[in-house]
Formats: sequence, C-alpha cells, structure tokens
Amino acid sequence: MSRPGSSPDEKGVSQNGDPGGHRPVFTNTLNAAVSPETRLLSAFARDTQARKVDLAGREYYSEEGRPFELRLVGKIKQQLSTDPTLHPEYPSSLGLREFTRKATEVALGKHSRAIVENRVLGVQTPGFTAAVRLGAELLRCWYDPSACWCGPVYLSSPCDDSLTGIFQAAGIQEIPSAHYPTGADLSQSQWAVITRLITRRRLFPFLLLPTQALCCGDMERDAWPVQHCASLGMELLCAQSFSHCFGLYGEAVGHLLCVLKQNSVLLPVRSQADKIVRSLWARPSVGGAHVVTTVLSNSAHLVEWQGEVKHIVERCMLIRAILREKMRLLGTPGRWDHLTQQGGLFCCTGLNGEQVEFLSNRRRVYLLPGGCLNVSAINCRNLDYIAESIHLALTSSL
Amino acid sequence: QETLREEKQESEGKSDVPQAPPVAVFKLTADFREDTHPQKVNLGVGAYRTDDCQPWVLPVVKKVERLIVEDESLNHEYLPILGLPEFRSAASKVALGDDSPAIKENRVGGVQALGGTGALRIGAEFLRRWYNSVNNTATPVYVSAPTWENHNGVFADAGFKDIRPYHYWDAAKRGLDLAGFLDDLEKAPEHSIFVLHACAHNPTGTDPTQEEWKQIAEVMKRRKLYVFFDSAYQGFASGSLEKDAWAIRFFVSEGFELFIAQSFSKNFGLYNERVGNLTVVSKDNENLTRVLSQMEKIVRTTWSNPPSQGARIVSKTLNSPELFEEWKGNVKTMADRVLLMRDQLKAKLQALGTPGTWDHITQQIGMFSFTGLTPKQVEYMIKEKHVYLMASGRINMCGLTSKNIDYVAQSIHEAVTKVQ
Repeated sequence: MSRPGSSPDEKGVSQNGDPGGHRPVFTNTLNAAVSPETRLLSAFARDTQARKVDLAGREYYSEEGRPFELRLVGKIKQQLSTDPTLHPEYPSSLGLREFTRKATEVALGKHSRAIVENRVLGVQTPGFTAAVRLGAELLRCWYDPSACWCGPVYLSSPCDDSLTGIFQAAGIQEIPSAHYPTGADLSQSQWAVITRLITRRRLFPFLLLPTQALCCGDMERDAWPVQHCASLGMELLCAQSFSHCFGLYGEAVGHLLCVLKQNSVLLPVRSQADKIVRSLWARPSVGGAHVVTTVLSNSAHLVEWQGEVKHIVERCMLIRAILREKMRLLGTPGRWDHLTQQGGLFCCTGLNGEQVEFLSNRRRVYLLPGGCLNVSAINCRNLDYIAESIHLALTSSL
Repeated sequence: QETLREEKQESEGKSDVPQAPPVAVFKLTADFREDTHPQKVNLGVGAYRTDDCQPWVLPVVKKVERLIVEDESLNHEYLPILGLPEFRSAASKVALGDDSPAIKENRVGGVQALGGTGALRIGAEFLRRWYNSVNNTATPVYVSAPTWENHNGVFADAGFKDIRPYHYWDAAKRGLDLAGFLDDLEKAPEHSIFVLHACAHNPTGTDPTQEEWKQIAEVMKRRKLYVFFDSAYQGFASGSLEKDAWAIRFFVSEGFELFIAQSFSKNFGLYNERVGNLTVVSKDNENLTRVLSQMEKIVRTTWSNPPSQGARIVSKTLNSPELFEEWKGNVKTMADRVLLMRDQLKAKLQALGTPGTWDHITQQIGMFSFTGLTPKQVEYMIKEKHVYLMASGRINMCGLTSKNIDYVAQSIHEAVTKVQ
C-alpha cells in the first residue's frame, strides 16, 4: 500500500478517554520504494516452486547451499568465549587498535612507506557500508573545509545500488556514474594508466575492497591497487570488509583506511573521524574484530585460514569453468570467456533486463538486477538447471 | 595565487583540517590512567564496576554466549537490515510490557541499532526527513539542561538546525526544575521534538515523579510536541524493569505516537557489542509499516546490516522465561550495589558533618549523581585528592567501592570545607 494513511477522526485533543484522536503524526510519510534486493528476496521467499534458485545472495554459499562459518573461525569463537581477559568495556570510537593495525597492514602491506611515515589512519567500522559512509562523511567535511564540498563523486557503472544512497546520506549531491569494465578487474598496467590520470587531474581515489582475498585467494594480490596508489604517494580512502573472507557476515566487521600525504594532518583527521563516528554509532562492536585480529596475528592461524580461503576461491573458479563448459556444450549463443576471466564471488553474465526477468519469472532463477549472479550459489544439484535456464533465456524469442 | 595555493595543497594534502574539540569524559579517563597516585579513584566514565572495580560479565550473558557458540544450527548470514526479528520484538516488549495494548494492536515496531546512539541517530534521521512536513530541518529539538553531551551531536548531524535546552536541573534546590520545564513546554513551538530520559537521568540522576510525568504529558499532548524517549537504564535504575518503564508506558497509554531509543549496553553489560533498538509506537499498523519502510532506507545507507552477536544474546535471554528471570536477578544485583553505595556515601558525609544537605545522593537514581560540587571543588578533588569526576560535579556511583568510599567521602568533605 503506497497511499499515505488518513485518519478518519480529525478531532483535536482527546475526549471521552479516546487517546489522541488527532491525525497520525507520520501521515505524510511515503511508503519507501522497495529496494531491488528486497523485492528479489521476497519474490524468492514467496516462490513455492521446488526448483527455485537464488543466485542473488551476497554471502558465500557452501556446496550444501548455506552460508557457513570457516572452521577456524568457529574454533576461535569458542576460544574467545572462554577467554577471561576479555572484558565488556566500551571500545574506543575508532575501534580495537590491534584490529585497525592488522586491517591496515593487509591493505597496504606491512612495510608500506605510508605506515612507516605514520600518515595512515585506520578506523574500525560496523561493516562495509558503515566504512563507505564514514569515508563519505569525512570527504564532505574536510575535503575542502572552506567550501562545504558536496561532490562530484563518481561511481562505477554498474555498482552496488546502495552506494549512491550512502553518498547522498552523507550530504553529497553530485553523483555521476562513470564507465567501468563490467565485473572485470583491471590489470596492473591498466591501473598504472588510471593512477597517472588520477594524479594528473587531481582526482581523489576512494577504493572499495569488500571481498579481499576472494578474488585471487591472496590478500596481498587483491589489495594491489591500494598498495600501488599508496606507493605513488597518493592520498586515498579505502573501505574494507572482512565479512566474506572470514565468513563473518553477521558480525559487521569493516574498516576505513585513510592514507594521508602528511603526518601533520593525522591527528586533526582522526579527531574529525572520531566526531563523526560518535554521532553515528558511537563505537563499533568488537566480537568479529577480535576473531579477525586473532587470525591475522598468529602465523599458524594465518596458514589455516589461507587454506580455507583458497578452498573457497578454487571452488568459485571451478564453478565458473564448469558453467562455461556447460554453455559451450549446450551451444548457447555468445561468448562465455568472461565467466572465467572475471574473478571472485560475483559474475556479470551480460544478460539484459528482459532476459533476467525471464529467468526469474519463467525459470525461477533469481539474478541480481544488473545480470550479475553469485557464483557460489551454484552447486552440483542446480548447475544443469541453471545452465539450461540461461540457455533458454538467450534462445527463446522474448 | 590560486595556482600557488593549489600546488601547496597538492604537496601537503589536507592541511587545513581543524582539530575537533576533545570529549571531556574521555580526557578525564586519559588523565586518570596517567595518574600514578596509589589512591586514585575514577568517578568519570559511565560503565558498571563491581566492588573490586572490575567490569562485570553478567552470569546470564556468559551462559548464553556459550549456548550461542555451541549452536550448530546458527544462521551465518547477514542479518536483515532492520535487525534480528526476535530481538526487535523482545526489546520493544520489555519496554512496553507483556500486556501492552499497543503491541496487541500491532502498531509497535523496532529497528535494531548500533547501541543507544545508533537508535537515536536513526530516529533523528527519520524525524528530520518525515516529521512536521518533509525535510524540515528547522523543527526545534529540545534536550534537557543538562543532558548527555552526545544528544546535541546526534541531532545536529542528523540535520536539525535548531537544538535548544529545556529547563531541567535546579542547582539551588538540587532537584528537578519542574516549573521551568513545564514553562518551556508551554512556550515551545507546536510540533517541537523533546528528548526525554525515560529514567535515571544522565547526568543528574533526577527523574520526575509519576505526578510530575502526568503534568508533563498533559502539556505535551496539548501542544502537540513529539516525544522521543532515551531509555539506556531500564532495570538498572530501581532494579525493577516495570518501575523504570513507568513513564514510557504511561505516555503510550495516553495515546502518544513516540520513539524510544533503547540501549542494552548497561543492563546487559554488553558495552562492546552495541545492542540497541529503536521502538516505534505508531497510530496504527498502516502507519507503522510506512515508517519502518523509510527507516530501512535510512539504515541501508548507515550500516546496512547490524551486528548479530549482541542481539542474539539479548534475544535469547528475553525470550526464555528461565533466562529472563536470571537476567532480572543480575540486573538487580547491579542496581542494589549502586543503591548501597548511595546509602553509604550519604551516611559517611553526614557522619563527617560535611556542610550542606546530602539527601540528593539517595534521592537521585541510576548510575550518576549530581553532587552539587562547584567547578573549583571538582578541581580540588582531581588535583589534590586524585578523585576524578566531571566538571559538572557528576559522579559515577559505580566507581565507588567498599575499599575507596571512605577516601572519597573524606575528599568530598575536604573539598567542601576548604574550597568555595
């Protein structure tokens, strides 16, 4: 129902014990347009077909079809729950120091010049969105303190549909979208060109690293663009998430990295970040951050964790290869090399809006609106059906 | 000149970033930490401490944490944007009561948030967008004088341009300035928003009586003022959940549509897991649905999916009769210790013959007490006696223990008799 409600009685103050009796306070509040993701989720939930397949989820799904906890993470959570030295105290607004130190190191590399020169600020945030939001607020407040800067901020096309909303919520109004190779990652030489352009045109890079380690199976390699920019002496912001690479989806473990040009601005920027955080969420939650810190600080844990991540990455790569092979065997029109050229959890199929709708309406296969799908949600039980469905989407006359 | 400035900025980066002012209470704690005096006492920060001056993991929380860690069937997905459903409903229920008509009428909803601060912020953001016309940043927001220092920041950053104090603390009589409060309510522009402390007012520890709440409600209804409760201490103040929620439940029974920003940091000792809930009481279910849909949009651009750990602990506890009873017992333990310290401090000051009346120490409620010490006396306490308290004279009763209470009482005595 999207019409604003109307109160039948518009009498004034209460009479005869009838509380209120006045118009509802929020009578003019519009029903928010349902986000595409929510619409998908509810459509999928309502779908009674046994064969329905949800390829639009954001988490990594195991072969059994459920988001799961890394074995190591489960072990560490057990350990932490019996650790007598962990006290229920308010963490600092910028988060656990050990966590931010580790999170900074995995993005920049331990020996980064920026770290050595002490011009890096790390802020623990309750998740990835919060990291982006904090970065956006920081940009607006201090990018140009004299002019109350409000954009432009360029976002890739396509990108997560919430990104625009986050920057707008932070008060930035000009948000054009720029062209970006869909789904594919840039090569190192391509990054070199881009960073030269950014430097020459005095643009500010805000890098997003939501699924570090899930692309190449290697934290460092996936963070290469960040390290490259930092090594060139650039200022940058980087929003990180540890949800995917640790399977800590429910724990909201995010991090905002700020690389500054000079150490002298570190304290002022930190104080501004602190001020912004204090009126947004005050302090982050610690549970997930403790787990991540424990793993990243212990070489034995690191090895075990890297093993589990490698397994995840290899499975995704395998699924991509198998899917591509299936498309080839089915004789599906078009080229499918991009399936294996892209990396990570998500894959942009290149299907258009009509085809995506066909898939959900006629085949009960739900993709993200842009035609992207979550590779890990494909398993041995639904692979054939999915391949067949994509084939039909491309070959049936629509 | 423009190019020169640009070039300078280019090489130096963000050089004109102003330093934000430090937060008083954190500076106090920092100073306390650096102090090496053997008898130092920290009566600053707002967290519970045992008689050994240690943070306390509630036994029921420890138990539930184990249950959660051992639960193989646990869902490891992102929580929904509005939060864990069973947490939201249980949290609203604990505020409004099991037999709340509003809940039965299906016009109560909740938004899980990052602590009480997060709940306040989401509520403030919503009000700025949808209350009193659309995007009306000029709606006055009233906060008590004094109040928790972050109230101003939260509403200001949510976009409100006009944040005003309402009379609350009467320094002369060391109690509630009801006349001033009611006067401000009468004079406030219609539709102004008022932030009310549900119980255990921070920092004064002074709450209106039931009769006084009734008077406040009467004016608020007549002047169409919006009620935004801040409820961070339910159960912690008197030891009774029902008693501490009386004001909230009264306003709801009077038909008010309102928000309640709830925090479970103190009454669950979950300071570090950020467990909060914004309870929304609407006119009817249809209104509630629309409001929640907009809340979801706001949350989506703030933290998107809230953390699950704390919410799971609270939800499991509140939804299990046995664990709920155990929790109430734990809460009473904390409240009782605070009440004991209040009694003892007052008794000791009276025994020492410290000038002035000290009844307010036991009349006030909750974690904090406004001692009435002047800034100079506070300075004496800190510098000479190494007893740390806020410049306002606010002390955290939880910082008192059987081991330091004599020293603190003696210090207050000295401060009052030696310093004007």
